[in-house]
Amino acid sequence: MKNLASTMAGTVFTVNVAAGEEVSAGQVVLVLESMKMEIPIEAETAGKVAAINVKEGDFVNEGDVLVTFE
Amino acid sequence: MGETKGYNERLEQKLTSIYAGGHEKYHEKMKQQNKLFVRDRLKLLFDNGEYVEDGRFANVEAGDLPADGVVTATGKVNGQTVCVMANDSTVKAGSWGSRTVEKIIRIQEIAEKNRVPLLYLVDSAGARITDQLDMFPNRRGAGRIFHNQVRLSGFIPQICLLFGPSAAGGAYIPAFCDIVFMVEGNASMYLGSPRMAEKVIGEKVTLEEMGGARMHCTVSGVGDVLVTSEEEAISEAKRYLSFFPANYTKKPKKVETRAIKEGRTLEAIIPENQNAPFDMYEAIDAIIDEGTFFDVKKLFAPELITGFARIEGQAVGILANQPKAKGGVLFVDSADKAAKFISLCDAFSIPLVFLADVPGFMIGTKVERAGIIRHGAKLIAAMSSATVPKISVIVRKAYGAGLYAMAGPAFEPDVCIALPTAQIAVMGPEAAVNAVYSNKIEAIEDPKERLKFVQEKHAEYKEEIDIYKLASEMIIDEIVAPSDLRRELADRLRYYEDKEIAPAPRKHPVLPV
Repeated sequence: MKNLASTMAGTVFTVNVAAGEEVSAGQVVLVLESMKMEIPIEAETAGKVAAINVKEGDFVNEGDVLVTFE
Repeated sequence: MGETKGYNERLEQKLTSIYAGGHEKYHEKMKQQNKLFVRDRLKLLFDNGEYVEDGRFANVEAGDLPADGVVTATGKVNGQTVCVMANDSTVKAGSWGSRTVEKIIRIQEIAEKNRVPLLYLVDSAGARITDQLDMFPNRRGAGRIFHNQVRLSGFIPQICLLFGPSAAGGAYIPAFCDIVFMVEGNASMYLGSPRMAEKVIGEKVTLEEMGGARMHCTVSGVGDVLVTSEEEAISEAKRYLSFFPANYTKKPKKVETRAIKEGRTLEAIIPENQNAPFDMYEAIDAIIDEGTFFDVKKLFAPELITGFARIEGQAVGILANQPKAKGGVLFVDSADKAAKFISLCDAFSIPLVFLADVPGFMIGTKVERAGIIRHGAKLIAAMSSATVPKISVIVRKAYGAGLYAMAGPAFEPDVCIALPTAQIAVMGPEAAVNAVYSNKIEAIEDPKERLKFVQEKHAEYKEEIDIYKLASEMIIDEIVAPSDLRRELADRLRYYEDKEIAPAPRKHPVLPV
């Protein structure tokens, strides 16, 4: 399964899943905060989370890989 | 009598071979690719499959180049006369010789004289290099096709259905059309093929990565509507055409009103928390006639939705920020997308409805380097110079230049309507309080006191930008309940129907691109 990348520059607001967790397509795995807005990052397909590369408060740029899947 | 029969037989023979197209093996190949033969495409497109053709006998003497690889036809679609050019990829891969080019130019001239839409059904490998002197550099060579497209732009609708490749110079046919439908897996556009890229610049890349339908509809934005089959491309193109008048002198047709889709009310859809995402598509459904939405560039820059719809049977072009994608913030691509869409609606008298829920234009190094200022200027210029009815609705918030981009009060919308949830400001409360009081906030040592101070300032700020204050100052024209918005829009669209603005005394504005 594809890795999930940040859609825009911002800071990590919440991380909603943990490594090893099964997620379904469309599930919000992480929320960014940018331009004072909450930006939900959704899983594109179902899969198992291999690693989360960021923690709450981290600055991320557009295109940075946030979550990898097995 | 006997002699006449001979003539007829000769005609029949010629027509039979012309209608058959290229060699059987190319027909087989098309079938394997789920592609239709050009004449079957035309039968699907035209009402009752009926049309007249010009230049059927082009290059008939060559023997193996029926119709010289292109069918040019006139017929009816949805009861409206349209002209069509359609490549035949069973004939030398749909490549262009001198007569192919001449036929395309002539159908453009027919569409121009009769002021009817022109459809380009493209499936072509490009120029026949062997014929280049006859079709490439001359006055009525391939360049004239593009020159005509530019001249006809905004005069008649021009639509491209891409069924196969559109290579090299040919890739400019889609680029100059109002809209491009691309069939996933088969359609492609590129100036240089992957083989050429490898030879000339050393890049190894697949056709799909470089110029595939999905890439163009999601990344480059050259494609507008991604479809899964040729049948879908044709039926969607017909639906698209139904929103348009035949030419710029006419108005879009009205149809019977349909009720809105059953679902949640606008009140229920829009969250109270200004920062929380919601799905703007659901909000659009709560305003428009059910099933009428036609999404333009759905997969490209999804933070801004652009599409046609009907409100009580009246055609409108909707631009709506999508808080669910990138917070609804405007980016370089969304500005581009909006500018083209506004210009398309304005050219063919389709009124514009702006649904604003926008935190502003994106900031940061990445977008500044990509030229967000000039792209934003392009959007604002297109919106500002549009003379069709413009209705601005502030759904939840319009901050900073986002208010300008969404046809805010200064840009002469016919009306600026706010929902009771609307906030209009240079920036949101959190950002504003930070900007004005950051030194003071930091100087307060007791965290409780600090929080109290910040909350007080937030409340003061919110009072200052209270929507009733803006209405009282006549900055906005109206506040309406979400449940009345559809009614309000439908009525105003009817009242503004004959709006006219005299053109400015100049040739044209200088485009900020």
